[in-house]
Amino acid sequence: MAELKARTPCGDMLPVTHGAAQLVELDLGIVTSVMVTGDEDALSDALEAAHGVAFPKPNRASGKGGIRCVWFGRNQALLIGAAPDASLAAHGALVDLSDGWCAVRLSGGASEDVLARLVPVDLRAGHFKRGHTVRTLVGHMTASITRTGGEDFMILVFRSMASTLVHEVSEAMLSVASRES
Amino acid sequence: MRIKGKGLIDRSNTVSFSFDGRSYDGFEGDTVASALLANDVTLMGRSFKYHRPRGVLTAGSEEPNALVTVGSGAASEPNVRATMQEVYEGLRVRSQNAWPSLDFDLMAVNNLVSPFLGAGFYYKTFMWPRKFWERFYEPVIRRAAGLGGLSGAHNPDTYERAFAFCDVLVIGAGPAGLMAALTAARGGADVILADEDALMGGRLNAETYLIAGKPGHVWAAEAVAELAGMDNVRLMSRTTVTGAYDQGTFGALERVGQHHGVRSKGAPLECFWRIVAKHSILTAGALERPIAFQNNDRPGIMTAGAVRAYLNRWGVSPGKALTIFGNNDDAHRTARDLADAGVRIAAVVDSRTDVDVKGDFPVYRGAQVFNTGGGKELESISIRTISGVEKIQTDCLAMSGGWNPTVHLTCHMNGRPTWRPDIQAFVPTAGAIPGMVAAGACNGTFSTRGCLAEGADVAGKVLGTLGKKVPDVALPQAEDAPYRMEPLWAVAGKGRAWLDFQNDVSVKDVAQAAVENFRSVEHMKRYTTQGMATDQGKNSNVGALAVLADATGRGIPETGTTTFRPPYSPVTIAAMGAGAQGKGFAPQRFTTSHSASVEAGAPMIEAGLWYRPSYFPKAGEKTWRQSCDREVGYVRKAVGVCDVSTLGKIDIQGPDAAALLDFVYTNMFSTLKVGRVRYGLMLREDGTVMDDGTCARLGDHHFVMTTTTAAAGTVMKHLEFVAQCLHPEWCVAMTSVTEQWAQFAVAGPKSRELLNGVLDAPIDNDSWPFMACGDTSVLGVKGRLFRISFSGEHAYEIAVPARYGESLFRELVARAQGLGGGAYGMEALNVLRIEKGFITHAEIHGRTTAFDVGMAGMISAKKDCVGKVMAARPGLVSADRERLVGMKPVGAVKMLSAGAHIFGKDAEAVRENDQGYVTSVCFSPEVGTYIGLGFVKNGPERYGEVMRVVDHLRALDVEVEICPPVFFDPEGGRARG
Repeated sequence: MAELKARTPCGDMLPVTHGAAQLVELDLGIVTSVMVTGDEDALSDALEAAHGVAFPKPNRASGKGGIRCVWFGRNQALLIGAAPDASLAAHGALVDLSDGWCAVRLSGGASEDVLARLVPVDLRAGHFKRGHTVRTLVGHMTASITRTGGEDFMILVFRSMASTLVHEVSEAMLSVASRES
Repeated sequence: MRIKGKGLIDRSNTVSFSFDGRSYDGFEGDTVASALLANDVTLMGRSFKYHRPRGVLTAGSEEPNALVTVGSGAASEPNVRATMQEVYEGLRVRSQNAWPSLDFDLMAVNNLVSPFLGAGFYYKTFMWPRKFWERFYEPVIRRAAGLGGLSGAHNPDTYERAFAFCDVLVIGAGPAGLMAALTAARGGADVILADEDALMGGRLNAETYLIAGKPGHVWAAEAVAELAGMDNVRLMSRTTVTGAYDQGTFGALERVGQHHGVRSKGAPLECFWRIVAKHSILTAGALERPIAFQNNDRPGIMTAGAVRAYLNRWGVSPGKALTIFGNNDDAHRTARDLADAGVRIAAVVDSRTDVDVKGDFPVYRGAQVFNTGGGKELESISIRTISGVEKIQTDCLAMSGGWNPTVHLTCHMNGRPTWRPDIQAFVPTAGAIPGMVAAGACNGTFSTRGCLAEGADVAGKVLGTLGKKVPDVALPQAEDAPYRMEPLWAVAGKGRAWLDFQNDVSVKDVAQAAVENFRSVEHMKRYTTQGMATDQGKNSNVGALAVLADATGRGIPETGTTTFRPPYSPVTIAAMGAGAQGKGFAPQRFTTSHSASVEAGAPMIEAGLWYRPSYFPKAGEKTWRQSCDREVGYVRKAVGVCDVSTLGKIDIQGPDAAALLDFVYTNMFSTLKVGRVRYGLMLREDGTVMDDGTCARLGDHHFVMTTTTAAAGTVMKHLEFVAQCLHPEWCVAMTSVTEQWAQFAVAGPKSRELLNGVLDAPIDNDSWPFMACGDTSVLGVKGRLFRISFSGEHAYEIAVPARYGESLFRELVARAQGLGGGAYGMEALNVLRIEKGFITHAEIHGRTTAFDVGMAGMISAKKDCVGKVMAARPGLVSADRERLVGMKPVGAVKMLSAGAHIFGKDAEAVRENDQGYVTSVCFSPEVGTYIGLGFVKNGPERYGEVMRVVDHLRALDVEVEICPPVFFDPEGGRARG
């Protein structure tokens, strides 16, 4: 019997390295949209109890032991890295988005400068620290950006826009790299 | 000529460049202007209108004359100021606006007939005959008058745009700016210091001042070095802050690659920055103004400050015997610096009588230069003194009419500058730009010590506002001479005394404007063109309005200024639009089946941002129609597969999910059973149709709505509006899952047969009847199955997580081919739905109602919904509205076209007789002719009537019979079977 083969959004378009910046595709595992439908505190408690992460405040991401909860909009967060516990359903709407978003990591000393070419918000380390997240634009695309490390950013755009994301970020990486030399 | 031992250029590094094909040597650190002057080239351009020979007037971005074209072919860039272009090995520069050459310009004939070309000439001269203006006069005038031209070819250069953020943006890195930046940075603020020059320091690099006992440029370099070493400082040289916008946003243009001969891959030419600053400090300095007198535009005449800049920064004397003409003490510095450098000074002419200037040169007090002599370069000046008239031989005249603070940015939000009589100049009005303070020369403070003190002072205040401690910053020793001047705008005399060099506007032109009653400064500007083009009047505005004030008998402050608008200096459109060419224009959305469709040779069409296959050509097919007809046949006779993932999919959950759907759809959804799908129609608040689609109930409190591809975003926004604003008490959550699922239509009589080959649990008509839905498992992967049909056939849509999309598509197509079917594209999809009379946004185009599309009955009487009240307005439900019908050609012409209009059979095809229009057409293999959908007045009442369809654009005139919009299987038995 035939078998369905899985493909990632970026496939062989990544990884890409230019100068002091690298772009790689991330496998986030199970990604679930958690939207508050009842009491946010109760939902947060349930999240803590089941997954060890609180429901994040706006523009923040919480994480523990490979599980991450990233603020994603009004009353919404993404639970990343674990299948949602059934207890959450009592407090929120759970929707599987494991395939809906293209996730990449931009890293390296030039990553802030690269994003400054594409993103109209202040992502400098002093203002956008590890654990900070923002819904914003990457070029023309709506995106979610989270600082996951000193020089590391997780960027999410619609799966269908993966090739545009790779193109835009690569161009910015080239542009920044050309100034380094 | 070069002066030994002077200048901040690197004499060990010679670079050669060409100007109009001739090769010259310069040094690293030179601009085109300084290098040409070093080579004794003074003629650098021709003037805009009269093609008068012109040399460089200034040493900065305000340069009106020395505009050149850099590069060649498609990459050439016109109107580059020679004063800003740094030289590099192999640089190629051409002069502009001259034919056949700069030296011998035939267009200079304009200068001879100048009496006929004065201000406003074209308004008067070329009025008649009227239609000659666009076709003849204007093109001819445009060709003769102008600046550099674009190549007309696609620009191959790369540009960049970027964002930056800071606490304090300091604009200009002269003494005030450096001091402000040092203070703010030491106080711990995030500082951006931007300067348009390659070398920071401003006038300190052009003067011989001492600061703290060191040459000014050394002090500046040390300050820059300190700033460069601080983490909280970003230095942006070669960056002109071009505009001040709302909420502390500034535009800035950085020259990134224009000083490099060879650029690496991806390297941008320019970068357009958007800088967001909590506070800004404007330390943009001042611009020296020329004095108007007859023939004051001869090459060799420049501002006194520019002469000092060429001497002190670039080690160039622009002449061998220089003269200086000024109305202020500052001009004397030029004489002193030249004398110290051993350059011969033929005369110092000061319009004031009580001046104290000593040196080894003749000084004429109370004297004025009233004319100059020479051809394409200056040979002599004529001066008028109390004792008479004198002619002095000179090849360079340095003139100074005083200084104008660079107030431009403070006026970008419609603020007006304030007149300060003591310095006879406009200064910034405090508060004109929120968060901006001005300091130094741009604030009317002209002494070096004053600039340093003011820079430190305003930065200290800004630190206070930011809640930071003001650091101890010692104020270094520097000159503190008072700025003494007496106004002198124009020297009385015959002939043309130039005010605006860039637009060839003379004192007479401005006076003439006043005579013809263009007395407002804004009218004068339009009448004379003073203050237009690339320099935007930086050198001439204040002089011109002083002349206008004189001509109209008003004071300068009463006369007022014209409006300074962004950008401060020209910004290329390419830089502002950086990244938006080609692929950067808009994101491309690809379905999971994209590469499979492209492999199959399908031409892709754009549907919004999505790319969808138009059709899948087979060998031997010569036209798209052949492919389309074949694909329609797959669905009608066997089975077809089509990627429908682009349709919007919205997951709706919560106890009030059903209530939300009842409210946004015209028809009832709360009664829908779990495991069933229903078609729904959505109205806008005004009663017209917003969108349509199906909605599936997966659980008591769980639905999945589909929208059209085009309206996915609109519908999501609408749902959020309803949930957040109209019914915030509802507990409901909407999540877009469009991208999560790859969804394929499997349509045709053999669709179930195909599906049962891939579903882990086979289905039949009882377990999965028409409009059933639910979870399924396909080849071991969890998915969803919907029995819905957009073709009228027995059909399904099967969804799997997107990662499996491509794999499932290939599998389904392969199996369909085994059953005599295959993939179908958008063309076939369109034919299938037109044959069934199903609407798309061609029909629900934003002006049609449920009544118009024959769905008035779908507005449930049992409940309220968005748009229900407005849809009931009499005008929206009257029988004579244009209503949906079908049509088939019945005459000799068998073609139909969308967009054509419908008229009575024997009526003339004119607007007054318009009865409706055609929205969708196709060739129907089932019917055997073209068929169409459209809207006709009284629509359904005219079934059977023969009408005339005329497409005036495509010259089509067709007789059609109006018929019901469903051409195929009107009973719908095939979909249920």
